[in-house]
Amino acid sequence: MTYDILITGLIIIAQILAVVVPVLISVAFLVYAERKVLALIQLRRGPNMVGPFGILQSFADALKLITKENIIPSGSNKIVFILAPIITMVLSLAGWAVIPFAPGWVVSDINVGIMYLFAVSSLGVYGIIMAGWASNSQYPFLGALRSAAQMVSYEVSIGFVIITVLLCVGSLNLSKIVLAQQTVWFAIPLLPMFIIFFISALAETNRLPFDLPEDESTLVAGFFTEYSSASFVLFFLGEYASMILMSSMTVILFLGGWLPPFDVYPLNVVPGVIWFTVKVIFILFLFIWVRGTFPRYRYDQLMRLGWKVFLPFSLFWVVATSGFLVYFDMLPN
Amino acid sequence: MIIYSLTFYLFSSVAVLSALMVISAKNPVHSVLFLILSFVNASGLFVLLGAEFLAMILVVVYVGAVAVLFLFVVMMLDINFVKLREGFLQYLPFGALLGIVLVIELGILFLTDRSSNIYNNQTPLQPIVNEVENTKMIGQILYTEYFYLFQICGIILLVAMIGSITLTLRDKGGVKRQNIVSQNTVDASTAIEKKKVKIGEGI
Repeated sequence: MTYDILITGLIIIAQILAVVVPVLISVAFLVYAERKVLALIQLRRGPNMVGPFGILQSFADALKLITKENIIPSGSNKIVFILAPIITMVLSLAGWAVIPFAPGWVVSDINVGIMYLFAVSSLGVYGIIMAGWASNSQYPFLGALRSAAQMVSYEVSIGFVIITVLLCVGSLNLSKIVLAQQTVWFAIPLLPMFIIFFISALAETNRLPFDLPEDESTLVAGFFTEYSSASFVLFFLGEYASMILMSSMTVILFLGGWLPPFDVYPLNVVPGVIWFTVKVIFILFLFIWVRGTFPRYRYDQLMRLGWKVFLPFSLFWVVATSGFLVYFDMLPN
Repeated sequence: MIIYSLTFYLFSSVAVLSALMVISAKNPVHSVLFLILSFVNASGLFVLLGAEFLAMILVVVYVGAVAVLFLFVVMMLDINFVKLREGFLQYLPFGALLGIVLVIELGILFLTDRSSNIYNNQTPLQPIVNEVENTKMIGQILYTEYFYLFQICGIILLVAMIGSITLTLRDKGGVKRQNIVSQNTVDASTAIEKKKVKIGEGI
């Protein structure tokens, strides 16, 4: 009896490691890829010294950062200050529990998978708010306030985009959402929603052009100004891991998850996990591309875009989609 | 089953302890953070009951949105908590009375409602995927049986929303706003005015 529990526990831990370790490694390569792509956009060479083509650069950076001294400001609220990066990191990894990489390749295939992802991504704001408040310093505090307002605003439109997709699927289970796209990926009939979701994902992960919470030209480094060494690494890893998480969410909702683009011979023998990875890399490339080409939004413009453009439009699209589905009797089951 | 009870005791004890910390923590921001911890644990309890939709809604609505704004306000306001605590003993009898009434009501519920039999309810640790999803069940009941009540809830929320907007909306004069449409439609003929200035006279 107890032996069984032990075995089940070990299997669960092995499954978690099988997801978390590749995610952390891909974070390292994502950082490298970002620096290389940005360098290409700006006609530079990028990192090219550590390892062949500089491929080990992020590992060197991580080692350097971790071996440095961890400074905790004397005026800070120490427990919250230390908890904040840990929460950021844990939340960016927790979402991976429900991501289906291929048919059946999922740690926990729960009914409300998409709600879980939405909940976890909306909790991400706490790491930032806690960091900004616990630092007891002006720049981090401003960064935290900006982040709180920004993430709450963009969650609203993300919620409506998810509702539109769910109307077409009839289930909150992520595997069923992917399987519902066998005839056509949702990116095609719901193209405007795909674009809104992508832009909101940029805002939700605090990426350029919406990186107002860290905004180095006005706030030094925003919410993590006071962080150093390992706690800084945790924020950094957390940001990139949640970037990959949001890309996977985009792929699952709009680009057919593990499904090949066409269900024909040479394409459908490729394993699903490879299609999934290729699509996630494509979305991540878009993230980096946007970062390299767009200027940062001003804060009031960011709020205006969220509340006055995306919210009414996505609300309208929810009504239009449900009207269309009801009128043509295409509602799922 | 042993894992089920262990997780139940973990979630419930952390929920109760953090709820205690909400009212006893000195720092208001810590109070809000403990409130969030308590919410998250309550949602864990919902998951154990097999009510996964309610659990997620609790996290999304209360933790993801309401508590963020709560934290926002508590962080921004400069509240003097020593002053706030002065009336503690004065309000204690009233608070205790409310608590006792609640406990008695809960007790009556436990003593009378034997049919629900919550102690022998063998809920599985993880909701089974093949069952009718409780999202669907909630929808089927909410939009048929309780349709009018649901609509009334919506109207109450709408009234509250309009009320809070009218209370806070003030049109201060002299605020410069960006009109993006007019900015984008500017061209040389409307933006630049040519004038012939005579020497020694100015405009």
